[in-house]
Amino acid sequence: MLEFSLLAGILFGLFFGLVGLGLNLVFGVMRIVNLAHGNFMMLGAFGAFWAWQLLGWNPLVTVPVQGVAFVLAGIALYYLLVPRLVGLKDFDMISLVLFFGLSQVIEALGVIAFGNDPHSISRPVFGRHPLHFLGQTFPAAWAVSAMVSLFLIVLVYLYLYRTRAGYATRAVMASRQEAAASGVNVDLVSAVAFGIGLFLASVAGMLSLFMLGSVSANFGGGIIITAFAVVVLGGLGDPVGTVLGGLIYGIGLMVMESYLSSWANVLPYVLLVATLLLRPSGILGKEVRHV
Amino acid sequence: MRRTRLSRIGLTASVRDIGLVVLIPVVFALLPRVYNNRLLLFNVMVFFTLSQGINIIYGFTGYLPFGYMGLFGAGAYGAALSVLFLHAPAPVAVLLGGLTALVLSLILSPLLRLSGAYFAVATLAASEIVYSIISNPDLTPITRGPYGINLSVIFNPTASYLTMALITGLAMAAVIYLKRSHLGLSLKAVRDDSLSAEMAGINVGRQRMLALAGSALFAGLTGAAFAWQISVFYPDSVFDPSISIFAIVFCLFGGAGTVLGPIFGVAALYGVYNLIGITEPQYFQLIYGVLIMVLILFLPEGIASLARRAGRNVL
Repeated sequence: MLEFSLLAGILFGLFFGLVGLGLNLVFGVMRIVNLAHGNFMMLGAFGAFWAWQLLGWNPLVTVPVQGVAFVLAGIALYYLLVPRLVGLKDFDMISLVLFFGLSQVIEALGVIAFGNDPHSISRPVFGRHPLHFLGQTFPAAWAVSAMVSLFLIVLVYLYLYRTRAGYATRAVMASRQEAAASGVNVDLVSAVAFGIGLFLASVAGMLSLFMLGSVSANFGGGIIITAFAVVVLGGLGDPVGTVLGGLIYGIGLMVMESYLSSWANVLPYVLLVATLLLRPSGILGKEVRHV
Repeated sequence: MRRTRLSRIGLTASVRDIGLVVLIPVVFALLPRVYNNRLLLFNVMVFFTLSQGINIIYGFTGYLPFGYMGLFGAGAYGAALSVLFLHAPAPVAVLLGGLTALVLSLILSPLLRLSGAYFAVATLAASEIVYSIISNPDLTPITRGPYGINLSVIFNPTASYLTMALITGLAMAAVIYLKRSHLGLSLKAVRDDSLSAEMAGINVGRQRMLALAGSALFAGLTGAAFAWQISVFYPDSVFDPSISIFAIVFCLFGGAGTVLGPIFGVAALYGVYNLIGITEPQYFQLIYGVLIMVLILFLPEGIASLARRAGRNVL
């Protein structure tokens, strides 16, 4: 049972790494905690669900389609909301409350449009062949989700470290003002990063249909704390940290589900509070404690 | 502003201040004689006190506890468990409820050294932890788990109503005290520039902790009084996120950091909420979400700032 927990934990860990990656990217570039991240995941999940239900599309096909949609939406949303906030003294709290409001709006619209019921894709769209690995058997969907997550994580890494746009993004992450002084179009870079963050959220949402069983319109409220926990555990601002945080959380969750299942759902909350009380910078993050 | 005897204890309070502290609970205590929806009046008092509680922490320190309902629920369950296991009389139970929330806030106080976002989400997580512990079926013998609490032994709608009116008055007094006193001034200084405040000799950590403790105390007392009033409740009723959201919206709308702001926020928004009486909560979630976004973008200091711009000196 332990081997299953550990290996399943790695699969789930990659998935949770993807869940946190969008949130971390947005924070690293814009210093904004996107509390609506979970709600964008919900939108991605419902997009994939309705594409399957109404058009018969395999969810993997929706990834590039939703990708374009969410990146464009992210860019538009950025320019609509963020530039007016940038100079403000209370930027942290104002942006937090703003995106909290946005999260409430999206959740309410979701409930109005989709109702409160959980939705899931009941057919084995990723094939019936389960994955056999090191003596354990996993559903095909878990393997595919882990691979998609890993693929996107690597893609983000390549974007950040092998493209000029990624180079500019890392410059903005390091210091917004110096990047602007060096000629980087900070707003455009931030907008694109926000769009990518929302795209990652939408894919993670689609994968949630398979990893977490089902998605309902109020999915966002629960998953955002898990996403935040993963990011904080690994260290806010460092993408590698998020993957690490995801793996730790995934393995921890699977082990708890095997041995202490009635308390497993508390794990993300306990990890978050414990990390913030004991080591707020996370495993790989920079010092965040201040006066 | 005429000085009164209170200025001997370092508190400059006007007649208007004292009027507010005394009048509001008295008005609430007498209203049931003319308006017999006692439960609605009780809920108005609850949100009034909760939004003043948010005012204490957000208006004076800039930290916003999204998990405020966790403190409310902790108060409710602290009171309930002290009745069930310690056989405490109801007023003592209310105090113990307030104390429970206070202790919880002290446990969370190290979070005040971090930025506002961490604090906000961490309080949300802490609230979920408390909720999960309380509603876990494994702990049913102690907390009654998901089956809810039955406090019919102390059921007394009149006494609990009057207790809530008293708590409301105390909350008003606390906010007025903060507004007028040295403590409130130091908190405002910390909110404006914590580094300079520290250099000026203000113990930033301790001041913030005091504000959080005060805010938590009122959440706990209110939760306990709520538990006493309705006597039969489930974990979901007291750990409901909309409790936090309403309190935050009311405080933001009226104007955080002012005395009258939350009063106005509760009157305007909660009044409308009850008058319209739409049964589906998601429409109000949508309206409040849009309201939060519009407020924070265009009117971050709430309606009170409009009055200030018009030249009136808002408390």
